[in-house]
Amino acid sequence: MDKYLLIPFLPLLAFFVNIIFGRGIIKDKAHWVSTLAVISSWVISIITLSEVISGEVINRDLYTWIISGNFRVSVGFLIDQLTAVMLIVVTTVSSIVHIYSIGYMHGDKGYYRFFSYLSLFTFSMLMLVMANNFLQLYFGWEAVGLCSYLLIGFWYEKKSASDAGKKAFIVNRFGDFGFGLGVIMVFLTFGTLHYAPVFGSVQGIAGRTVYILGYELDLITLIALLLFCGAVGKSAQIPLHVWLPDAMEGPTPVSALIHAATMVTAGVFMVARCNPIFNLSGIAMDVVAITGAITALFAATIALVQRDIKRIIAYSTVSQLGYMFLACGVGAYSAGIFHLYTHAFFKALLFLGAGSVMHAMAGELDIKKMGGLKRYMPVTYWTFLLASLSISGIPGFAGFFSKDEILWRAYSSGNLGQILFIIGVITALLTAFYSFRIIYVAFHGSFRGTHEQEHHLHESPKVMTIPLAILAIGAIASGWVGIPSLLGETIGIEHSDRFGEFLAPVFGGRHLPEGSHSEEWLVMALSISAGLLGIIVSAIMYLRKTDLPERIGKSFSYIYKILWNKYYVDELYDLIIVRPTLWIANSVIVNVTDGRIIEGIVNGIPAAIGRLSHGLRRFQTGLVHQYGAVMAIGAFLIIVLALLWR
Amino acid sequence: MIPLNWYLWLSGALFVIGMAGFLMRRNIIIMFISIELMLNAVNISLVSFSHFLKDMAGQVLTLFIIAVAAAEAAIGLGIIIALFRNKATVHVDEMNEMKG
Repeated sequence: MDKYLLIPFLPLLAFFVNIIFGRGIIKDKAHWVSTLAVISSWVISIITLSEVISGEVINRDLYTWIISGNFRVSVGFLIDQLTAVMLIVVTTVSSIVHIYSIGYMHGDKGYYRFFSYLSLFTFSMLMLVMANNFLQLYFGWEAVGLCSYLLIGFWYEKKSASDAGKKAFIVNRFGDFGFGLGVIMVFLTFGTLHYAPVFGSVQGIAGRTVYILGYELDLITLIALLLFCGAVGKSAQIPLHVWLPDAMEGPTPVSALIHAATMVTAGVFMVARCNPIFNLSGIAMDVVAITGAITALFAATIALVQRDIKRIIAYSTVSQLGYMFLACGVGAYSAGIFHLYTHAFFKALLFLGAGSVMHAMAGELDIKKMGGLKRYMPVTYWTFLLASLSISGIPGFAGFFSKDEILWRAYSSGNLGQILFIIGVITALLTAFYSFRIIYVAFHGSFRGTHEQEHHLHESPKVMTIPLAILAIGAIASGWVGIPSLLGETIGIEHSDRFGEFLAPVFGGRHLPEGSHSEEWLVMALSISAGLLGIIVSAIMYLRKTDLPERIGKSFSYIYKILWNKYYVDELYDLIIVRPTLWIANSVIVNVTDGRIIEGIVNGIPAAIGRLSHGLRRFQTGLVHQYGAVMAIGAFLIIVLALLWR
Repeated sequence: MIPLNWYLWLSGALFVIGMAGFLMRRNIIIMFISIELMLNAVNISLVSFSHFLKDMAGQVLTLFIIAVAAAEAAIGLGIIIALFRNKATVHVDEMNEMKG
């Protein structure tokens, strides 16, 4: 047990060391503490993975956290196949991002603070994935949210950054409220929060209903949907996706680690972890799948026209997360987790590549002001290209295998699945298009920035390019553990879908999709051709006929405007949520509750006492004669009263 | 024999004179003496009651009052001297620092 404890607690230790001694003693050596801790965690995670592969599943309580009546929760670890995969994803990407940050954050005055937050995040994320009960999951869930807030607002002196941090936190509140209710419902229903007994007895409550506000609701569906609320917030699905693009205000390594590879995938992980609950509710599954599919398409269309390199990748992340939910929603959890795993590599690579570009461009984000960077930064260019090929689903790259798996599972899961499949294919086309738009606009052509910027252009230092190279290997090769059986048989590999087989015990065995081989080949061909078509169209538009994008933008200016303004979702929320809240705050709370009632009481009592004492003060004239006179009159009155009384 | 009433009239008259002096004069020494006058007016009534009621308690109490009055005079005069040194006046209306 001791070994597994070290995985989350080494980063926690690094956090404490850095936050306490960072300012005074460690200073610009903070990276040593955090990086060594997380790399150690990574090594132990690898060992753990090998043990889990050999069939060992650990579910142990560490100590009892809370006892209150029949409410009893422990801190404990569940290390099964799903957790092992998540451990590898989290610690690998975290290690690489730590190393990259040494170069990227060099010279920042919050250097030690940055590394301590990164460590705290790594700890929280590991607690989230290693939890063996819902409350610990919730703890990790909130703690990663906190770290996300701290790191988005890392440059808190910049107003946009601190606003983005608040936005991320507040938008997540909406989702987490539902998630919290879901956890409470789980406890009320099962009397425990531990995974094993909950998932073990979940069959028994299938079909049970509850009355809430006079409506009869299916209990399982209610729990599943409430839990999914949390996933929608954390994984930035419609309608709570608005925080993720704004979260790009944080340092780029943070975007790569938290807002691409790990934290935002916590929702997918949670849905996959709770698969026994979701499996029992057809409605909840459909909601998950449809939300995912709509988000995938919706975010991809926004990404088409954005010009901020990090925002394009952020919308791409939202879109890919939609894919993962689509997979979970059609019951293909292992495909969803597989995409989570490959996505972590190529998306972290895209972000770190964008960070490398920003590093060279002195913080410039607008791809229209870049161009021709290929010549100046070859390593960044090639790794970025590999990541884009991977996300576009070009055969051989990691993204191809996971995306193809999702599309095939969607296609073979029935009528709804086939509609979702079509959305998925369109999204794949759009994904390839906007990914290569970045490549063609930013890296090809001639430089369009200022002369000063051009003079400054340089490849990033080795400490940044080596992580890019490592991730590039992941972006290519990480998919090779999950080659579809059909393809594997064709090229002569037995049991090529090792990933799916590995995860099968968590998802209650493997459910092989129904469908003929020819259909599977067709799906694969469609998925590949969508990717290729996207790349070709992008190449035509941005390399050959460079006036074409503008002409299209002009002739469809209405659509362009909607996409450019992200479907006006932010504006809508501003109108229906932010402004009414501010109105209530200003006119009711500030003026009435605070101004009249509270200030009335708080100021009224001293004012009344003041008036009283002001009156009483008149007696205190300082004239001895008056005192004497009052005394004499008083004595006289007492005597008169005493005489009269008898 | 002089009746009790006469004593009481004398005592009352002295008391009223003392009180009038205390209330009407502004010189702090005069006011102080007026207080002594009131005390002695009370002493007279106590002694006369004691005599007529054949009870020595009144006379004992009078001795107490004289002793206390002596102490009071010492302290009071001390205070007056201290005040005079600070303010260089014995006029009470000018001693109004404690006004609220």
